[in-house]
Amino acid sequence: MSELVIRNLHVRVGDKEILKGLDLTLPQGEVHAIMGPNGTGKSTLAYTLMGHPNYEVTEGEVIFKGQNILELPPEERAHLGIFLAFQYPVAIPGVSLANFLRAAINAKRKALNPDDEGIPIAEFRKLLMDKMRLLNMDPSFAGRYLNDGFSGGEKKRAEILQMAMLEPEIAILDETDSGLDIDALRIVSEGVNALRGPDLGVLVITHYQRILRYIQPDKVHIMMDGRIVESGGPELAEHLEEHGYDWLRERVGA
Amino acid sequence: MAQPKRRPRREVKLPFTVAMLPQDDLADFRQQAWAAYERLPMPHRKMEAWRRTDIRGLRGEALRLPEEGAYRNLPPVPEALSHPLVDAAHGGEMTLLPGSHERTFDEALAAQGVIFTDLRTAAAEHPDLLRQVLGKIVPPEDGKFAALAEALSQNGIFVYVPPGVQVEAPLHSLAWGPGVGLAHIDHLVIWVDKGAALTYVHESASPDEGGQTLHVGAVEILLGDAARLHFVELQSWGRHVWNFTHERAHLGRDATLEWIFGSLGSHLTKSFTQVRLAGEGASARVSGFYFADGKQHLDHDTRQDHLAPHTTSDLLYKGALTDYGRSVWRGMIFVAPEAQKTDGYQANRNLLLSDTARADSIPGLEIKANDVRCTHGATIGKVDFEQKFYLQSRGIPADEAERLIVEGFFDPIMQRIPFEGVRARFREAIHAKMG
Repeated sequence: MSELVIRNLHVRVGDKEILKGLDLTLPQGEVHAIMGPNGTGKSTLAYTLMGHPNYEVTEGEVIFKGQNILELPPEERAHLGIFLAFQYPVAIPGVSLANFLRAAINAKRKALNPDDEGIPIAEFRKLLMDKMRLLNMDPSFAGRYLNDGFSGGEKKRAEILQMAMLEPEIAILDETDSGLDIDALRIVSEGVNALRGPDLGVLVITHYQRILRYIQPDKVHIMMDGRIVESGGPELAEHLEEHGYDWLRERVGA
Repeated sequence: MAQPKRRPRREVKLPFTVAMLPQDDLADFRQQAWAAYERLPMPHRKMEAWRRTDIRGLRGEALRLPEEGAYRNLPPVPEALSHPLVDAAHGGEMTLLPGSHERTFDEALAAQGVIFTDLRTAAAEHPDLLRQVLGKIVPPEDGKFAALAEALSQNGIFVYVPPGVQVEAPLHSLAWGPGVGLAHIDHLVIWVDKGAALTYVHESASPDEGGQTLHVGAVEILLGDAARLHFVELQSWGRHVWNFTHERAHLGRDATLEWIFGSLGSHLTKSFTQVRLAGEGASARVSGFYFADGKQHLDHDTRQDHLAPHTTSDLLYKGALTDYGRSVWRGMIFVAPEAQKTDGYQANRNLLLSDTARADSIPGLEIKANDVRCTHGATIGKVDFEQKFYLQSRGIPADEAERLIVEGFFDPIMQRIPFEGVRARFREAIHAKMG
């Protein structure tokens, strides 16, 4: 059992410091939520953990499986088992969802074993169809160009499908609930819940408490001005819904 | 006062003389083409079509025509190319070799009156048919290299499909042009008569060698009324080849043409690819793909002539460029006054994979009718950084991510190619070029 440990993380975008000493520990097997008002750096945290080069780490470390993952390119973080479900997944015209997923699975297999010949096509197709059924996705999705012309809900489902296929050990869901109607939210949440288990740690980044009714968190963290300012159990999310963020703002002086 | 010194402009000189014209059944035609060759100026950068393509680096004086049987002392057709490019069985296959050619042809097709033979045999055995097309679609006056191809072609192919005959199995030809310091000159003539249908794949290739080699080609295609042709071309000339072609298809009433044009090889290419929609209801779709790397210079000049009402043309050229690769696309849709209700489209999309690559894209419209729909588009872009990051975040290494994006960019064109062999050849080229 590993845990993702974020220590004193400082991140800058351009000249602006966004994360100002963030600490967080996410063990595999648990679901943690990060909540916070807009502009506190939630998405910055997500992108930084995945290694987007626009986010410059000036201090701190992120340890997973004994390595500081901040030193690794994005693909090697993925091979270690880190996954980011994007808030705004980009379209890649001309690359079908199925071809893309096969390339991703094979890249990881090859990283773990240079002699790997890739997943057999039949095995891949069966896996894909099983997971698509789980997420209530039409099989024709597999042949469509990745995120190209997908509706908001389809994009989010495709993100969770990728998560299901790649079997990460740490999954970061960046505002996966945004733009989803209640049915889509339920399907996506059920998909995530079906993947929950002792080998998966999930970080649910959200602005609203709504998704946490479907994906029950073990812990809730509140982020403000680039730091975690409060942590607690699921009741903290409910408290936020009732009282908003003002009581915290006063306390931390933000 | 002394005149400022002006460096004499070096013009390309070619070593060909009238004495080199082959003495065959086409001698009179060759003479006529030769006269045009002598009359026409050597292309230079003051000519609009050649403004962006400088051929002064071609050391033409040193070139020779291959002798009869020259192929015997040159690199042979590699194993990979001798495999058919098409999945299904061939109706026939022709290999043009320096100083020779080889052919296989399905007897059943011959029995239906289909002709698939080399140009000299056609001139001797089917002069009445050949003469109706030869030099009529691409007249020697079209340009210096068109005239040269038609005067001096050592190799050529004549294809004829009689009215109403549907040729199911594709015909395939390969122009194999090995050797250094040689001039390979060929001439293809394809005539699909009324209501007939054909699929044809023509490939040009040679190994990478040092020095310089010249290829000059003419392609003449005639489609009778309601004829259908699927024409797939793929050039993979060696990196030392200077490649010049003039190609045109003439479409009769309700004829349909699907033309795939792939351009991967050569040191420098200048091709003129034109469709002439001469009969009412004719329609053509032209799909080009190219990929320039190293110092390759690929210049594709396209023209869609709408000469009759209710004609349709749809042209899409997509190209990727890396290293110091350079491409030029210059397109023109021409609509004659009588060609009302015409629908013409042209687009060129380029993907730059290095800061030193360059693409020029020049669409053009010349419309003399008033009730038409003609549109064009041209774009030059780079690999989207966020797309690349997205793929990397799923474990796909940076170079492979870029390759996937490039393959995706070409996918709409690949979908139009009916043969897995051609698609696979192109994917291999992408891999090789992106190294």
